[in-house]
Amino acid sequence: MTINQLQDQIVEDFSQFDDWMDKYALLIDMGNSLEPLDEQYKVPQNIIEGCQSRVWLHAEMDQDSIIFKGESDAILVKGIVALLLQVYSGRTPDEILTTELYFVDKIGLKEHLSPTRSNGLVAMIKQIKLYALAFKAKNSKL
Amino acid sequence: MLTFAQLNAYDMLSNEDILQFRADFPILEETIYGKPLVYFDNGATTQKPLQVLSKIEYAYNHLNANIHRGVHYLSQKATEAHEAARSTVAEFLGAEKREEIIFTRGTTEAINLVAFSFGEAFCKEGDEIVVTVMEHHSNIVPWQMVCERKGLKLKVVPMNETGELDLQVYDSLLNERTRLVAVAHVSNVLGTVNPIRQMIEMAHSKGIRVLVDGAQAVPHIPVNVKELDADFYVFSAHKIYGPTGIGVLYGNYDVLNALPPYQGGGEMIDKVSFEKTTYNELPFRLEAGTPDYIGSTALAEALRYVSAIGLNEIAVYEHELTRYATEKLNEIEGMRIIGTSENKSAVISFLVGSIHPYDIGMLLDKMGIAVRTGHHCAQPLIDSLNIPGTVRASFAFYNTKEEVDVFIQALRKVVIMLS
Repeated sequence: MTINQLQDQIVEDFSQFDDWMDKYALLIDMGNSLEPLDEQYKVPQNIIEGCQSRVWLHAEMDQDSIIFKGESDAILVKGIVALLLQVYSGRTPDEILTTELYFVDKIGLKEHLSPTRSNGLVAMIKQIKLYALAFKAKNSKL
Repeated sequence: MLTFAQLNAYDMLSNEDILQFRADFPILEETIYGKPLVYFDNGATTQKPLQVLSKIEYAYNHLNANIHRGVHYLSQKATEAHEAARSTVAEFLGAEKREEIIFTRGTTEAINLVAFSFGEAFCKEGDEIVVTVMEHHSNIVPWQMVCERKGLKLKVVPMNETGELDLQVYDSLLNERTRLVAVAHVSNVLGTVNPIRQMIEMAHSKGIRVLVDGAQAVPHIPVNVKELDADFYVFSAHKIYGPTGIGVLYGNYDVLNALPPYQGGGEMIDKVSFEKTTYNELPFRLEAGTPDYIGSTALAEALRYVSAIGLNEIAVYEHELTRYATEKLNEIEGMRIIGTSENKSAVISFLVGSIHPYDIGMLLDKMGIAVRTGHHCAQPLIDSLNIPGTVRASFAFYNTKEEVDVFIQALRKVVIMLS
């Protein structure tokens, strides 16, 4: 599946709910079912500090693709982290860099990506792209 | 300062009174995601009554000309309005002289002004400034900056588990090196009303000046700077139903008069030449540039508005509202209220179980309820409590018990969703 196919699938999963409470219940489920981040990765260099909540993001290369692992201390943020990992983890740097992120907007959770909410998510997405850029640069040197 | 027990002598504002006041605030009729707005973020900023809004429009329509030095009629009228506003503020705070009132952009600028100018005039290397653990960043960072610039030390007064300052430690921190104490009248996180009068007396007995951050106090309790004997008292207009962008520094005349200018520019000068510039008198010496004369006029209107209702009456009503909300919150399982002093203003910070404050705030927002979450610009306090932040509901006199009920019902739903 491509990144966009994954995004479309998430949009479809959420589109079955009209009521915001059901959407958020699903998001909370996503957060709860995200595998907790191994303590060894909860190190200062993996923390993305938001004003409101914090996000941890760990990245490593596995052959051609980047494996992302992450977590947050707030469950709603953790739910979105889970969705972002679904979309971005296991993809190549090129895929990550050339695909536009649209599912968060489409499923009506855009407010969580507003920089003013300062929950670490905007910085997390930026960090994912930076990892992609860094790994790409590293690969091209090899 | 009256205690809440003494305030009971005042009549409680009736439901009809409150409904009548609410009609002055059009924004309270807004709906958020289709639900009636419940605005419990008054600690961050208050809504503005029509009286203040129409004053702003009136001032721009009828009084707009740059003030002071203008020879024309309109400039004269604008100057009169601005200076009358200064007198209104002086009267509101119980200041002796109107020259003791300096207009600033807000509480933050007022504290920065004192930190800079007082630091220049009175502090030398090795001297000490005392703050408390519950200060807002705006009453910490300006002092850290002056400490760095002048080689001073910052000392911090701790608090007990209910959120009250430890006055014994406070007393022990006051020594011959201490130049100034900077303390919040009311904590923006805990709601604690600090024993300011006693703290000022203790500092003054050792010849130490005191700055009181009154941002969270003036909208909620009657304040008289002479009774308190404060050297500096600061607040922001927007937290007391006035406009954003203007605030007040009250300073005891003699202390204020000894301060060198904070910023240079127009208004603050006497004579300017390239060889030497001499400075204007108080209050103008500390107000460089064109002042916000529209803002000052609107602030004066806001102060008249709350004075007409009565700060004692507001304090009694909000105290009852806070008591009611606290009681209802405590019925929720896992509720932990942060700040449980006997002397509390209209602020309730809380956590429920291990739920993150962000999650509660976001879901309450979906139900039309505006609260604040996070560290409330008081990171050292939040860190000292070893919590990720709090959810904060902060009230104004236009809030009602019915709104508290809506809030509690919504919060119960949120907690079920998140548990």
